[in-house]
Amino acid sequence: MKALQVSRKVARLGLARMASAVSPSAAAKVGPIKLISIDPPESLGEGWHTVKTRLSGICGSDLSTIEGHASTYFDDLVSFPFTPGHEVVGELADGTRVVIEPVLGHAARGFPLPFDGAAPGDGDDYAHLALGHLEPGIQTGFCHSTGGGWSTYFQAHSSQLHTVPDELSDEAAVMIEPAAGGIHTALMCWPSVATVDRPVIAVLGAGTMGLCAIAGLRRHIPNAHIIVGARYPHQQSYAKAFGADDVVAPKELGRAVRRTVGCHMIGDYLSGGAHVTIYAVGNSGSIETCLQITKPRGTVIMMGMPAEVTVDLTGLWHRETRLVGSYTYGTETMPDGTTARTFDLAIQAVADLDMGRLVSATYPLDDYEDAIAHAASAGRRGAVKVAFDLRTIAQTFDPRSDPKEKN
Amino acid sequence: MPRPGFVLEVDRNTPPILFWRGENYSLEKLPAGRSRVIYAPEPLEALKDIDGSIVDALLNPIDHDPLPELLFPGMKLTIAFDDISLPLPPMTRPDIRQRVIEAVLDMAADAGVDDVHIIAALALHRRMTEAELRHAVGDRVYDAFAPRGFLYQHDAEDPDALEYLGQTPHGEDVEINKRAANSDLLVYVNINLVAMDGGWKSTATGLSSYKSLQHHHNPKTMEQTRSFMDQHKSELHKSNWRMGKVMVDSGVKVFQIETTMNTDTFPKPFNFLSKREWEWNARDRASFVMSSQALKRTPTRLARNIFHSIEAPHQMTSVQAGEVEAVHKQTTENVWKQQLVEVQGQTDILTMGIPFICPYNVNSIMNPILVMCMGLGYLFNMYKGKPLVREGGVVIMTHPTPWDFHPVHHPSYIDFFEQVLTETTDPHVMHEKYEKRFAEDEWYKHLYRTSYAYHGVHPFYMWYWGAHGMQHCSRVIIVGGDVKAVRRLGFTPASTMDDAFEIASDVVGRTPTITHIHTPPVLVADVK
Repeated sequence: MKALQVSRKVARLGLARMASAVSPSAAAKVGPIKLISIDPPESLGEGWHTVKTRLSGICGSDLSTIEGHASTYFDDLVSFPFTPGHEVVGELADGTRVVIEPVLGHAARGFPLPFDGAAPGDGDDYAHLALGHLEPGIQTGFCHSTGGGWSTYFQAHSSQLHTVPDELSDEAAVMIEPAAGGIHTALMCWPSVATVDRPVIAVLGAGTMGLCAIAGLRRHIPNAHIIVGARYPHQQSYAKAFGADDVVAPKELGRAVRRTVGCHMIGDYLSGGAHVTIYAVGNSGSIETCLQITKPRGTVIMMGMPAEVTVDLTGLWHRETRLVGSYTYGTETMPDGTTARTFDLAIQAVADLDMGRLVSATYPLDDYEDAIAHAASAGRRGAVKVAFDLRTIAQTFDPRSDPKEKN
Repeated sequence: MPRPGFVLEVDRNTPPILFWRGENYSLEKLPAGRSRVIYAPEPLEALKDIDGSIVDALLNPIDHDPLPELLFPGMKLTIAFDDISLPLPPMTRPDIRQRVIEAVLDMAADAGVDDVHIIAALALHRRMTEAELRHAVGDRVYDAFAPRGFLYQHDAEDPDALEYLGQTPHGEDVEINKRAANSDLLVYVNINLVAMDGGWKSTATGLSSYKSLQHHHNPKTMEQTRSFMDQHKSELHKSNWRMGKVMVDSGVKVFQIETTMNTDTFPKPFNFLSKREWEWNARDRASFVMSSQALKRTPTRLARNIFHSIEAPHQMTSVQAGEVEAVHKQTTENVWKQQLVEVQGQTDILTMGIPFICPYNVNSIMNPILVMCMGLGYLFNMYKGKPLVREGGVVIMTHPTPWDFHPVHHPSYIDFFEQVLTETTDPHVMHEKYEKRFAEDEWYKHLYRTSYAYHGVHPFYMWYWGAHGMQHCSRVIIVGGDVKAVRRLGFTPASTMDDAFEIASDVVGRTPTITHIHTPPVLVADVK
């Protein structure tokens, strides 16, 4: 079968890092990713399924890896070579369409659940990510054992599978995973604003993740005044469509927040600011902006993966700003105190908001260099989500390529 | 004998005409046979004895007792003066205000008056810096009064420094500076750069608060002001005059001193800018070529500094003192003597070169909102009778219109540009939806009171200033402007004057008649 595979070649990672500064496609050409032909993955045991990929999205974290920008933090939490692709809609051998909740959690790795009914992303000890019978890997798409969505077939555990409702297109379904990330971030805002009548929440960045966060905020914190810094016209339109109250250029975000909360501006900082700011882009300058526009004792939620940055944290110290990360999804505590699985919430959101429209372009695996270049410059090229389309490779599940399942 | 204003009918022999483009200028060829250029009258002779004339005006006022008879020991005397927005460009020292204030202070000293406050009547404009104050009132006055807190700037946001005097029959609130209201005598020292200035507008605007100003600085009033230069057809002035009556009825005693000045606008190296192009000599042509080419290569900030360092040689042509309305009537006549040019009829297109300066960017940046205000607010309104362009016609301006704002002087302008203009360019809509929010914004108030910022509501006033022009014209084109900034203003960008005429042809056809208002120097067209 065809698969895109990332190998640990330090020289290529370095080359990709340099090349990405020149052009988005150059990193794909010289970097550690290659299109290869390999055998389909062996079944990993009881509870594991072979999934045939239909669509698999290209995410910012994928690009970061391909371009050699990923942090060394992940060195012990991924296993090379691996096939990327964690935003996946595929089908099982019986034709059931599924989306993958990609976190390789306790159940998938054979560990006891942290609590009854826990989702793959739950738990406060990450030992299982590097232990157990699988190679290390935080998610499908970063684990050598399971493979990922950028190939014809990969392995997924039953704890990761969510059936796609018939009314959802593949394009909509491939947006469920990023939508879940956005909803998780939105719900992380709730404790900071629970007692505020009209909380102000700023979102810096309106790529896929920023837009999903906006959608999540509007659905789950309906009284929030959402102010978005979006760079490109199509991002600004989507931000409005998904419920932002004010949409401005990123450099205008601070002033827009100030106008809304009615505070002063002292130097580069607002005297007050947003109750919560969601960081949904990926450069260090932007983090500083988030700190500047968040009120003292407010919260900055980092949705984008920052890697190594240099930031003056004096303001954070003085303003007692909470800086927290937001990674994936799991079991959510809702504003009314009940709990829900993020993916269930995301499936409903994607259907209600027609989020399949965010899929701007699809490419066959053979054209991966073009696909990656397109995804890396999505904003500038008027796109949001770029995905690989493997539906034309085999119209139906091919039993000849289907390894025997051991379940 | 200075020559009067002149209307040149453009023919094939007419040389290209000078158009200002902010901190530069260009020569543009206008179509022959259907274009005309209006030139300002040449500068009138200055008064031979300026200081003597000032004293004479104070001793022989119009419809008023002489100033010395109004002064007595133990009285409260307040002298208010026009702020940095006048004259343009700032004049060479000594400033007219210094000369008048010194004369008033001499008489006050002779009368044994020792409770004197001197107040810059800046309404909602930015505060003046020490250097700007020294330039206006002179070092002697500044050093004698400012360190002891007796020379200061009107603060329209200090509730303790404002006095509410009542309402006009039209329901307009009158609130002015408390010290001025409670003085035994308020002497107002005015510079009448254009006929819009002076009269009751000096006190009712310069010393008032937002509570008062909102009654006449609004879209409805501005659309019914035709024009700012014609007091009798100006709702803005009628409102100020009604407020003046409330002041008089409340016991505010005003002694008005108004001055006019000639149009000697540019010093030697730049005096070709005031000349008629066909009269340029070789030196003028060389000055134009060298300066315009050099300015093209000069960083904008440096070019701004060069132009804002210009001090105009204009001088006083008249001074009159006494009762406000009687004084202003005579002042206006003297302004017309210098500025009025008779023009027959309207044209399809009005062209104007926007210079580097307007009343609100002295030592600052002409941001896009001020470009709009200067074009549609000021130059469009430089008429008596009817506008130079027909209703439904086109205005073409030349200016680089940079997306650039002075962060200290114009903080609320930035938000206005980013927030309000992205949603609407309709003065009525923004008035209803946004004005109050900007006017009451605590940060803007803080910056207005303690820094050098225009009041939060000021960009709205600038936009309203152009309301009549916007309503009158069907299209506004800016040649050479930043495309995004021009579009944000709701106008049409054009690269060249020919492109602008081509764009305008959609509205006015392929052979439109054209008027170019050749200013500065200041002129007002008396359109018959």
